[in-house]
Amino acid sequence: MNEKYLYSLIAVIALFLLAYAGVEAAGLQYLFGIIIPYLAIITFVVGFAMRIMDWASSPVPFRIPTTCGQQKSLPWIKHNKIDNPFTGGAVVIRMILEILFFRSLFRNTKCKMNEGPRISYVWEKWLWLFSLAFHYAFLTTLIRHLRFFLEPVPFLLQILEKVDGFLQIGLPGVLISGVVLLAAVIFLLLRRILIPQIRYFSLAADFFPLFLIIGIAVSGIMMRYFTKVNIVGVKELTMGLVTFHPHIPEGIGAIFYVHVFFVSVLLAYFPFSKLMHMGGVFLSPTRNLPTNTRAYRHINPWNPEVKIHTYQAYEDDFREKMIEAGLPVEKEL
Amino acid sequence: MANLKPDELIARIDYTPPSTGWMDTPTVIRAGMFCYAAKPPSVETLGLPYAREWNPLDDDWKLPANWKEIVLEGLRDRLERFRSFKVFMDICVRCGACADKCHFFIGTGDPKNMPVVRAELLRSVYRNDFTKAGKILGKLAGARELTLDVLKEWWYYFFQCTECRRCSVFCPYGIDTAEITMMAREIFNLLGLNIDWIATPVSNCYKTGNHMGIQPHAFKDMMDFFVDEIEEVTGVRVEPQFNKKGADILFITPSGDVFGDPGTFTAMGYMILHHYLKVNYGLSITWSTYASEGGNFGFFTSNEVMKRLNAKMYAEAKRLGVKWILGGECGHMWRVINQYMATMNGPADFLEEPVNPITGTKFENAKVTKMVHIAEFTADLIKHGKLNLDPKRNDHLKVTFHDSCNTSRGMGMFDEPRYVIKNVCNNFYDMPINCIREQTFCCGSGSGLNASEDMELRLSGGLPRANAVKYVHEKHGVNMLACVCAIDRAVLPPLMQYWVPEVDVTGLHEMVANALIIPGEKKKTVNLRGEDLPGMEDEADE
Amino acid sequence: MNDKNRITFGLIVFIAIVTFPFWYNLGKASSAPELKLSEKAKAAKECVKPKEIMRQEHMQILDLWRDTVVRDANRAYKSGSGKTFGMSLSSGEESCLGCHESKTEFCDKCHNYASVAPYCWTCHIAPEEKKPEENKPEENK
Repeated sequence: MNEKYLYSLIAVIALFLLAYAGVEAAGLQYLFGIIIPYLAIITFVVGFAMRIMDWASSPVPFRIPTTCGQQKSLPWIKHNKIDNPFTGGAVVIRMILEILFFRSLFRNTKCKMNEGPRISYVWEKWLWLFSLAFHYAFLTTLIRHLRFFLEPVPFLLQILEKVDGFLQIGLPGVLISGVVLLAAVIFLLLRRILIPQIRYFSLAADFFPLFLIIGIAVSGIMMRYFTKVNIVGVKELTMGLVTFHPHIPEGIGAIFYVHVFFVSVLLAYFPFSKLMHMGGVFLSPTRNLPTNTRAYRHINPWNPEVKIHTYQAYEDDFREKMIEAGLPVEKEL
Repeated sequence: MANLKPDELIARIDYTPPSTGWMDTPTVIRAGMFCYAAKPPSVETLGLPYAREWNPLDDDWKLPANWKEIVLEGLRDRLERFRSFKVFMDICVRCGACADKCHFFIGTGDPKNMPVVRAELLRSVYRNDFTKAGKILGKLAGARELTLDVLKEWWYYFFQCTECRRCSVFCPYGIDTAEITMMAREIFNLLGLNIDWIATPVSNCYKTGNHMGIQPHAFKDMMDFFVDEIEEVTGVRVEPQFNKKGADILFITPSGDVFGDPGTFTAMGYMILHHYLKVNYGLSITWSTYASEGGNFGFFTSNEVMKRLNAKMYAEAKRLGVKWILGGECGHMWRVINQYMATMNGPADFLEEPVNPITGTKFENAKVTKMVHIAEFTADLIKHGKLNLDPKRNDHLKVTFHDSCNTSRGMGMFDEPRYVIKNVCNNFYDMPINCIREQTFCCGSGSGLNASEDMELRLSGGLPRANAVKYVHEKHGVNMLACVCAIDRAVLPPLMQYWVPEVDVTGLHEMVANALIIPGEKKKTVNLRGEDLPGMEDEADE
Repeated sequence: MNDKNRITFGLIVFIAIVTFPFWYNLGKASSAPELKLSEKAKAAKECVKPKEIMRQEHMQILDLWRDTVVRDANRAYKSGSGKTFGMSLSSGEESCLGCHESKTEFCDKCHNYASVAPYCWTCHIAPEEKKPEENKPEENK
């Protein structure tokens, strides 16, 4: 048994018990439904902003994009404008492809040593596919949940839910995003547990968010399809939060508070963890800069003054030998 | 390394990591996998701290008493100066996309050579001393304390990274292990922990103008020798210029090509091309003995040292009053020129925006750095029909092209050299797509690791490259590996000798010169290497 | 530094999106809809199941009823208290809407609030409101 995922799993189970017992046994609805969510959102926003500003406070001394295509050079050589972007506009396109479609991950290959020996590199799409599925399903789920936080519910949101539930299976209708989210997050978890190389460098901090998100997804799915929840009461609570008139309506089951607690923990944990890749991907100097350093000078704010060995000093060292060899000199002997 | 045969080396590779976690698996520094420690005089040349005799295999590295403080302060300082470093420390999600992209991992199977783990070696200490989560949760958050063993482990593995950036192509956040390795090496230099194969070239380059420490008169001697050689083969006596004031163009290339085969043939190639342009078009190109080094091992030391060495190029161009600078075939030299030079030592207002006076082509992509790559330059000449070429002279060659890491992922120069090759020889076959262009594999010896004592590391790291060459050798009968990098020319021959002995190595401009019909040349029967030209075998016998 | 301004701008946009619900609802009261029972329902005192169950599970009951009616032609439902109801959403006095006369008041209020869009009314026609007595349209199956 691997201690790294065991610890993370135990932590998530403990969080579940804490919220469940807190509400069921101790009646701490106010704590889990109002105080903790408020603290979590504050921690998230403030922590996220501080992290970003901390990154921003370090300058980018050199322009070091990774060039992944033909440079712009002679006019008749086809320039790869996206993977070797020369202009700011092209960088924007590169970044959009990176952030919305995980372009770099799409290149992923799997290396294999075959008989011969012949080393092969096969296109490996599953990580890309499931990562993309995971992130989009999470985003859709998040946006869908705005129905609990907006009154009246905007029309576009109703359309989104209709699209998400277009399969019309079961009652309440199955939402594809929820199923995909759970499936993808389980894929990512199994990958970490089952592939020896990935397991080798995975940290407890890699398993924890996965278990937590599984907890969030499962508690949400439970509420919607199995244990049921007083939905009007839930919205009353959530609307209370966003209108700053917090109150706890009667008759909401403990599982709802577990769900909210998991989400709160995720939010509060976010700025202090690798989840900040969400903000960091925008700031990666190997991706977000144009590759035109030979045409436009990038300024290093701390460009150091350095001592160099001048030509004069060099000639002083070798003047005699240079003259003898017939090399021109500035100063004769 | 001679004691380990290729198939034995392959058999040793096991991609399954050990059951103990990497933090709990001690690192053993093994002979053949590291380079010797920097000799004190080389460290002293540039006034870098803690020059001393020490040996990586000894327990005592003779570190200063406050080494830990120096490391942590060095980290803090660099986190504040390099956003790249700070962001790369924070945002890795350990997805593993980079894991099997590193040539050292593929060639050794050592899990600490997975780029993610290499970075984690340093990140773990960063977390421990610079992040809240690490301070509170410790090992659970992947944090560990900085100890002597940790420092030694860093040293071992950050000198098993060639800063080739292949991992950063695949990383969804563009995390570049080269950047992390560079930071680690800067920190080693705060403790006098450089390797000699970097420190001595740096010292030489600073004092004598080139890595080899060739003094000006000796440099000219070697070139004179090339002049004789060229005359023997072509019947034409070329006249290279040195330190020539008022020349049109200053030419700078790595000194390695003046020093050892097969780079010397490329150097002769440059000289023939310069001569051709002088005779046909009156173009005056000069070499410099002061700036006689294109390569920049300062790049593998620290950004300050890189700047100190690089400064000579502009200084010499200014002194000689040339219009612009032409750069020879080199890998990391071109990453420095392309991504660092103007920032560090610009603006070069005293130079003109580069224009090819023969074709009229403006090199707009180089308008501020004012330095043009010779592959760009030659491609332009060929495109405009300015070179009289007979590619049949290279008909005995079946050529493939090795994209150098730095010109690929730090520049993006792919089609210029291919265009030149296709015009100077008739048989060209690219390696499979996952091994070339931006996905190219390192020669295994970049970033100052091309010493002889780490031959096992080099042959292991070069395996992916050699394996791809072997593939085109078997499929198309490829017998020549062309490249545009002086380190490649120095290290690929032993690599080929080990893995694919049937394949030889050449620079681009050796092939150009062999195909070039020089005015007044005699009936050529051999190429620069003294090998018979195709169809001329009989003549050679006379 | 130009770069820092851009990052700050991006961050502000991000925070604006994250806090969107707070300012979208600014100045709005947060009252949940009051469910108004029709006089008839009040008089009836009891429904097919207790209130809490009805609130959370009525959609599944309706689903089950639909299947039972269509597959088994069984239109009568006997509740726990022994009372018989018509297994129909909108046909007849014994149906759901026979008692809860106003769709707007009884169904839509909560559905709209929670943004739930049941597809009952793609087949069923809601009884005309205001008039307590009227002709019930045929269930169009």
